Amino acid sequence: MSSQHLMQPERAVGIIGYGSYIPMYRLSSTEVARVWSGGGRGPIKEKAVAGLDEDTVTIAMEAARNAVARAEIQADALRAIWVGSESPPYAVKPASTLVAEALGATPYLLAADFEFACKAGSEALQAALGLVGSRMGDYAMAIGADTAQGRPGDDLEYTASSGGSAFVVGPADLAVATLLGSLSYATDTPDFWRRAYQHYPRHGGRFTGEPAYFHHTQSAASRLMEELGMDPDDFEFAIFHQPNVKFPSRAARRLGFTAEQIDTGLLSNLIGNTYAGASLTGLSAVLDVAKPGDRILLVSFGSGAGSDAFVWEVTERITSRQDKAPRVTDYIRRRTEIDYALYVRYRGKLKT
Amino acid sequence: MDPKVVNDWRLRGQRYRLEGELCDHCGEAIFPPRDICPKCHEPAKTPQTLSGRGEVYTFSTIYSAPEGFEAYTPYTVALVKLEEGPIVTAQLTDVPPAEVQIGMPVEMVTRRLRTHGEEGTIVYGYKFRPASFWHASTQA
Amino acid sequence: MREVAIIGIGQTPVDEHWSAGIRHLMFDAGRAALEDANIDRVDAVYVGNMLSGEIVGQSHLGALAVDFLDLDGAEAFKVEAACASGAAALRVGYLAVASGVLDIVLALGVEKMTDTSGRETTLALAAAADAEYEVSQGISFVALNALLMRRYMHEYGWRREDFANFAVTAHANGANNPYAMFQSPITPEAYARATMIATPVGLLDASPVCDGAAAVVLAPAEYARTLNPTPVKIRASAVSMAPLAVHDRNDPLALEAAAISAHKALEQASIVREDLDFFELHDAFTIMAALSLEAAGFADRGKGVRLALDGDIALGGRIPIATMGGLKARGHPVGATGLYQVVESILQLRGLAGVNQIADAKLGMTQNIGGSGATIFTHILETMS
Repeated sequence: MSSQHLMQPERAVGIIGYGSYIPMYRLSSTEVARVWSGGGRGPIKEKAVAGLDEDTVTIAMEAARNAVARAEIQADALRAIWVGSESPPYAVKPASTLVAEALGATPYLLAADFEFACKAGSEALQAALGLVGSRMGDYAMAIGADTAQGRPGDDLEYTASSGGSAFVVGPADLAVATLLGSLSYATDTPDFWRRAYQHYPRHGGRFTGEPAYFHHTQSAASRLMEELGMDPDDFEFAIFHQPNVKFPSRAARRLGFTAEQIDTGLLSNLIGNTYAGASLTGLSAVLDVAKPGDRILLVSFGSGAGSDAFVWEVTERITSRQDKAPRVTDYIRRRTEIDYALYVRYRGKLKT
Repeated sequence: MDPKVVNDWRLRGQRYRLEGELCDHCGEAIFPPRDICPKCHEPAKTPQTLSGRGEVYTFSTIYSAPEGFEAYTPYTVALVKLEEGPIVTAQLTDVPPAEVQIGMPVEMVTRRLRTHGEEGTIVYGYKFRPASFWHASTQA
Repeated sequence: MREVAIIGIGQTPVDEHWSAGIRHLMFDAGRAALEDANIDRVDAVYVGNMLSGEIVGQSHLGALAVDFLDLDGAEAFKVEAACASGAAALRVGYLAVASGVLDIVLALGVEKMTDTSGRETTLALAAAADAEYEVSQGISFVALNALLMRRYMHEYGWRREDFANFAVTAHANGANNPYAMFQSPITPEAYARATMIATPVGLLDASPVCDGAAAVVLAPAEYARTLNPTPVKIRASAVSMAPLAVHDRNDPLALEAAAISAHKALEQASIVREDLDFFELHDAFTIMAALSLEAAGFADRGKGVRLALDGDIALGGRIPIATMGGLKARGHPVGATGLYQVVESILQLRGLAGVNQIADAKLGMTQNIGGSGATIFTHILETMS
């Protein structure tokens, strides 16, 4: 059964453009701890908070514009725009059509929203690779974006943040990073959920660790590397879903990756957990600095639960595209610290 | 149906991506679209999406907002002179009022303008933010 | 074309009229004007009003006016030009009488603004601007004026405090007008401390939200004196337009429509502006007063504020403005304002302005602005000796 789980499209495909967006407001963990624990520290330094006029759609729009700018295509060449999120502003009415309209990509495209907790974006990416790989279209866009909400005082409130990334998938001969192979891994695992009409999610506490996050990420990553005949040594960079700093660091270490390999794509200490945007923004940050020939492992995780794993190889096209849009570090540097009171106002937690 | 839904829908090209017009006779960029060139008065219907780059011509920070915008106060509105020529009225975003200056370079982003209540539609549209944050950092 | 005179005036106090509806306001001002004119029949009632549909839920003011003023047989309809609706009604009446189509016309301006919350009224007023490209961005009418004021300060180097005398002068004059909303003086210090509505426009830069009605009766000048011993002749009636949205104007600070409108009026009256004894301008905001003075030629570009600083706009000054308090202190019940300006001018021309009387006043100009400068009416009034 050595290669029957690997996903490889008929025609070679890759990422031809990428882009991210991170809101400028930051809430520090110590500020959350001040309010809910009487002081102390939290699991990360700070998280990104969307402003009053931002939501998953606006985040997706800017990430998508950056991706189109780097792809150097006309937006109406996109045959699909897929937005993965657990926080779309409408329960019924797609986010993807709004993004498509903003890009000027309408009307001849397949617009759809994907949902799978924190891996909704990588799932859209997996599907986009399939669409282009099957020659149903030459270009497809996958976006992962969220304005994640944690219940006030809950562990998640330290990390649940806002941000997102977008990728234009196209033929490999135009790619900044070609796909060597991908793999998806999913089971029914109730580690985290939000019922319909509920504002905040619930989670399974320590159950979210071994049976959920670690089992799925490690299984997907190790199987993909095995079927591609690769080892951690073959990669310059590895990115894992990053609900915090601890989980991706531990998963990477267990798989045999070093801190140097994961540092560039591990952003949660500075921006928190952007959910569907998290691992994808890590990939975006890596592409911002990657060099031709670099190999990248990307492993997402979504509660419920599943992981998508991808192996990319960077091409010489990367160097001319990196400066065509803001880099992830530009957005991270664009930073205005807010206190808990403003955070409560910005995220609509105040009853008025 | 929400009374503004159709109106908002009709304007989506302008609101989301600054879709204006180009005068085929004199080359004038036109926003908002008016189908007649304000400069040479010839018909002008060729769609043209503007770059969204411009500078602040004047601005005001609103403390007393019209109905529908109360949740956002204080917010800053401006006349933005686009590099193609037209001036647009729009909010500035991601910038504290004290940092806004006439002449400040800005770029267009698409943000929430308002919502029609808890159950109604969300209206998205152009706003402008300081343009300096990434050009400056990558050139430095 | 016949010459047209005003033979009767009426006004209600400008106030928050909690106990009076729009029909009561129309009745009080309309009856007062008819009594002043010594008549009880008119050929037409033209009602200037902006917001009755939005705020009161009452359109069709022409029918309401004829019905409740007991003017059976008169034709009537509402005339709307945002804040210039009052002057628009006057202009329609002027055209009707001047053309010879009608003889006696009641031009009535009315506005009821306090039945709704401040936010609702703010939104309704914003409809004077471009709904799709200004109002939709969250802009208020105050903010549009604030944009002009900020740019003006930037281009000409004025500070906010330099505008104080427009408000101080208006309040000083309003203090002696029993019909004014604010009958108390203010100090430059109070102006400087005022709460910001939309920077740099503070509470004391802006005219208040209020209710009121004002009316005049028009008749052919040739037999005006047979009806009223002190008629006033309309020497000019002019209107000019500029693009609706501020952002669509070539030169937002030029108030071009005001310049053209004033120029046309002066030409029509065959006078020069130095002949004018006073100028009832549209000081809805201090910046509008400055821009109006410049547009009419009383000051060079960027120098309108100088007239306030130097006292030229005071009652004894070179060009008195807001002689009964102006929009700032008398109040700005939007659709009625243009007719309040005319009623007050006639008090000046009849020598009935009391403490605020301008000595030997014979020629006055009124200017009423719709929106932030899109529709501008200018009328010139003269005593009939």
